[in-house]
Amino acid sequence: MWEYSDKVKDHFLNPRNVGVIQDADGVGEVGSIACGDALTFYFKLDENGRIREATFQTFGCASAIASSSALTEMVKGLTLEEARKITNDDIAHYLGGLPKEKMHCSVMGREALEKAIACYRGEPEKKVEGQIVCECFGVTDRDIERVVRENHLTTVEDVTDYTKAGGGCGKCHDRIQEIIAGVKGIQILPKKKPEPLTNLQKIKRIEETIEREINPNLQKDAGRLELVDVDGNRVLVRLGGTCAACTKSHITLKHYVEAKLREMVTPELVVEEVHS
Amino acid sequence: MTPIYLDNNATTMVAPEVLEAMLPYFSQFYGNPSSMHSFGGNVARNIQRAREQVASLIGASPDEIIFTSCGTESDGTAIRAAIESDPDKRHILTTRVEHPAVKNLCESLAKKGYRVTFVPVDALGRLDEAYLYKSLSDDTAIVSIMWANNETGVIFPIQQISQAVRDRGIVFHTDAVQAVGKIPIDLARTGVDMLSLSGHKLHAPKGIGALYVRKGTKFSPFMIGGHQEKGRRGGTENTAAIIGLGRACELAAAHLGGNGYHRIRQLRDRLETTLLSQVPKTRVNGDTDRRLPNTASIAFEYVEGEAILLMMNEFGICASSGSACTSGSLEPSHVLRAMGVPFTAAHGSIRFSLSRYTTEAEIDAVLDKLPDIIARLREMSPFWKPAGQVPVQ
Repeated sequence: MWEYSDKVKDHFLNPRNVGVIQDADGVGEVGSIACGDALTFYFKLDENGRIREATFQTFGCASAIASSSALTEMVKGLTLEEARKITNDDIAHYLGGLPKEKMHCSVMGREALEKAIACYRGEPEKKVEGQIVCECFGVTDRDIERVVRENHLTTVEDVTDYTKAGGGCGKCHDRIQEIIAGVKGIQILPKKKPEPLTNLQKIKRIEETIEREINPNLQKDAGRLELVDVDGNRVLVRLGGTCAACTKSHITLKHYVEAKLREMVTPELVVEEVHS
Repeated sequence: MTPIYLDNNATTMVAPEVLEAMLPYFSQFYGNPSSMHSFGGNVARNIQRAREQVASLIGASPDEIIFTSCGTESDGTAIRAAIESDPDKRHILTTRVEHPAVKNLCESLAKKGYRVTFVPVDALGRLDEAYLYKSLSDDTAIVSIMWANNETGVIFPIQQISQAVRDRGIVFHTDAVQAVGKIPIDLARTGVDMLSLSGHKLHAPKGIGALYVRKGTKFSPFMIGGHQEKGRRGGTENTAAIIGLGRACELAAAHLGGNGYHRIRQLRDRLETTLLSQVPKTRVNGDTDRRLPNTASIAFEYVEGEAILLMMNEFGICASSGSACTSGSLEPSHVLRAMGVPFTAAHGSIRFSLSRYTTEAEIDAVLDKLPDIIARLREMSPFWKPAGQVPVQ
């Protein structure tokens, strides 16, 4: 169960300003039903250009509803210039804090507000800025850079809490890490994919691993392993010493020898025993 | 506030008779069942009785029962035992809708080089049996398929599947944590080699489970230690909990033998049909023809599950949700996704799970409160267009 503040509970159970403003000056829509939360934010200005009325409709969890409700209260009486300065952290703060995993609800509030202001100013609907990084939730590199900078985020997990990016299949975690490093001014060298081994290199490494790693260990129990042949990724071996007679030797082969060779040489290897 | 507890697939109340049976084993009969003196020996005799009670509920013989600490331990022990006793076989077959105890273990084994097949289900949560049989091979070390699904209550035809798998000479394990005590199980009439069950799902305490291992099944222990459980699970017995599990199984057998389980089904059906008729855009997840009698997974479209749960919580109503927000993950439950439940419905899915202690009054309370809660949340939802309009996507 989430630990929600009393203020979150209050704004969830008694949400302020739910509804639609038919002749709104600005409307901002964010999120989608597929993502699990969505917010439409409306505002109406008075004659002095201050927000007279603000309302919302939200599909989402308690903190999404509470963040929306809080936002409509916070912007009342502000000019658009003033409203624009509201950050997601201000929304969370107003609510007495949000669980870390729910910070994306406050980010959604800030985004809806910005969209509504842009809508009022007649700014064209911004095309997706930047490149999509997280395809599961449609989050761009620009979105991520911004939350990292504004909220001093340091880990992929933080970024997921604030934007949902990386919360689905997880394929974009490396890219998110790079973006965080970019914002912090650290350069990360892309992980080099290991060059495929030539047959000769592969056999050499298998031999080395058996001699330096595996046999010294087996010798503790007076066992020994002999390399017979390498056929593609099949490593043919013969067991000697006590191993030859041991009933558990097939376990040693799979769980130790094969695992070790996969770790030290290449993960495709399969070890097979040859009986002499 | 006394809770209106409709979350019995999560955990259950310890039955008063179970608690009563357990209490003397904390303070009075605290001997170690392995001891030579009769003070401990008496405890061993009562553990044996509990073993008989567990075996009798599922149609097994007592020495086929190993006591464990929980369902997860039973699942892990079974799967590891199968692959360790046949290390040349590198294929595991399971389903896309397993409990994390099986699903996450299989995913972790996949990373270690095992080939894992996750058999899909259809829109009603029924297993694609053709896919299952097609995927079996001589390399298959174990087939692990749950008896009943924890989220939807859908029951898989374990009797037939286990026979067919066993005929191929492949070890068959079933996670029956949600099924044992809720529906009759007779292992003698199946091809099941190993079965997991958990105490706290059938009115025994948390911290006790059991693994059934058919006589003659190759086995290697997960917890290596003393000679307890005939060397199949080391560690001093959790005596009080074992006594409790035995008593709980005896009570479950009486419940299944009487009309108790029809009463639960009637209550569940009343809850379900009334909600479906009173709340528009509502559907049941899963195959209503083959389902646990106590489980209802209901999708309230265009609202989000966590919000429903927290509003119900205000009235003391306890249930669960397959929505993303409650689980700490960001996507709806893997079970509902595997069934292809649309997002509009998956995010608003609520699981009600009843027990033999559920009363008519509790169902009435839910029926009294829930339609208003859904209506309130829908009024807030930008996707909900009332009065005959088609909701926008």
